[in-house]
Amino acid sequence: MAKDKSKPIFKYHVRKKIQKALKYILMILLAIFFMFPIVFMIISSIKEDEFQVVTDMSSLRAFIPVGELGLQNYQDVFASLNFAHQFFNSVLIMVLTVLFGLLINSMIAYALARLRFSGKNILLSVVIALIIIPFEAVAVPLLIIVNKLPWFGGATTWLDTYHVQIFPFIADAFSIFLFYQFFVNIPKDLEEAALIDGASLFGIYWKIVVPLSRPIIATVAILQSLNAWNRFMWPLMVTRGEDVRPLTVGIQSFFGQSPRLWGDLMAFASMITIPVLIVFLLFQKWFVQSVASTGIKG
Amino acid sequence: MGIGKDIMVNNKDKGSITTYRRKEAKLAWLFSTPAILLLIFFVIVPFVWAIWLSLTNTRLIPNPNVPTRFIGLENYIRLVSDEVFLKSLFNNFYFVIVVVPLQTAFALGLAMLINQELRGMNIFRTVYFSPVVTSMTVVSIVWTLLYNPGEGLINAFLQAISFGKLGPYDWLTNTKLVFPAIMMMSIWQGVGFQMVIFLAGLQEIPASLYEAAEVDGANGWQKFVNITIPQLRNTLVFVMISTTILAFRLFDQVKVMTNGGPSNASMTTMLYAIETGWGRLRIGYASAITVVFFVIVLLISIAQRFLTREKGVQRNG
Repeated sequence: MAKDKSKPIFKYHVRKKIQKALKYILMILLAIFFMFPIVFMIISSIKEDEFQVVTDMSSLRAFIPVGELGLQNYQDVFASLNFAHQFFNSVLIMVLTVLFGLLINSMIAYALARLRFSGKNILLSVVIALIIIPFEAVAVPLLIIVNKLPWFGGATTWLDTYHVQIFPFIADAFSIFLFYQFFVNIPKDLEEAALIDGASLFGIYWKIVVPLSRPIIATVAILQSLNAWNRFMWPLMVTRGEDVRPLTVGIQSFFGQSPRLWGDLMAFASMITIPVLIVFLLFQKWFVQSVASTGIKG
Repeated sequence: MGIGKDIMVNNKDKGSITTYRRKEAKLAWLFSTPAILLLIFFVIVPFVWAIWLSLTNTRLIPNPNVPTRFIGLENYIRLVSDEVFLKSLFNNFYFVIVVVPLQTAFALGLAMLINQELRGMNIFRTVYFSPVVTSMTVVSIVWTLLYNPGEGLINAFLQAISFGKLGPYDWLTNTKLVFPAIMMMSIWQGVGFQMVIFLAGLQEIPASLYEAAEVDGANGWQKFVNITIPQLRNTLVFVMISTTILAFRLFDQVKVMTNGGPSNASMTTMLYAIETGWGRLRIGYASAITVVFFVIVLLISIAQRFLTREKGVQRNG
């Protein structure tokens, strides 16, 4: 009897173990699938022989640091492509877009969620309706607008400037909606207590609502930073010179030159990607949460 | 909705209520104005103007020989017989038909895989998600090298697993292969995003449903079909619709990798609009393409509202 009973249990355990091992094998294969281009990019970037980058591709050598290794490609990108300046451009545009965006989008969302004023419901419906207009639908007419737009100091066009890459992306209907959803759910007690204590309406926003809203601020900041860092179409349209050009347009323009220097290109690509990957690894929980929150979309 | 109402009513001081209300409304408009102005100027005005521009022959730099004028529906009439435009529209639909089901199924599979309690799951989740944070411009350049015709890594891999029977292929220069190659890369880059959305959806399904099904002796497939899929209905609709909209916005990959070629085999609606408006300065015609593009996006969004409304819960709809 005891024997009969132990046999199926033993079998069950073995089957579970095999199942588990198979799952891990599958997950490791998938990990290889998702990682191989990134590993390939980084390994190729430290191979100094441009020709070797291409010839190594027909074998696993593509993923192994062999041959002449060094940071020559990185030096080339810094020296001949003005990488540092383009990196500065990308960071500046991203930081300003996100900071102004957080302030302005959270303010209107706060008004819509917590304050009473006439016209509120219409305003809310308009903002929600605007979510479905993708930027691509306004890019062409916006180009003709910014082409002939004045700026301080007598400039008559916005082309080839930083502000043309920042202003169109500050107010964002979807960010407003994310803030709105969060603010609506904050309990009123705290604000009422502050009101009794004599806090001003602005004081309530700044000292109570903003500190409580760290999760949603992080969410919007991450989504907007990623969008800004990776933005390509609009900067391509509005920057003709190298002065204000961000990294995405910079690498595309370098990619368009012949002959293609693959080692340098991979170094350039790595330097665009690695900072983001590091930030992602540090704050991955937040990244995943921000993306998950885009699913709850109205 | 508003705060302070109860307190003020308790004061029984009508004057103070009106002052308070007025202050509240003033602050509300003060808070809203910057965003309203920016949205009007950078979204609403260009959006409405696109419709007007599409009825003219406006150029970015006016041609002195051809004065800008109202030409009615001429741009739209020309679009109907513009082979490049039709090809680009066809490509967008082709992308939707192939990528939306594949990517959705793949993302759901990944989400179910990493939703299990196994050691090291966090690492796998991070790895699967990392292409999402990689810029599409960079991805396109790296994959162009991977797709290299002779000795590219993908050709080498295919030859290795097929013992030399498959390939080598000219991925990006063959009119039949170029678009599938771009689709494959787009799935690689984007699937992690949907995976995370599905994961959030999966975690909201009450465990009691699965437990009850197990008591009734349901197997894994039955649980998937009868619990997972119906519970994820709205998430599924959301993911499929948003992937469809992204497919119509397709631009970065094709611009960097092929610029629409060879012979327009990878042309997309958005690339054609930008090439026409920005490249060839024909703003009027490009605006007409933009308007068609928006109408398609609008119809898809309406379909989403329609599909998610039926179920009482409005989570994703």
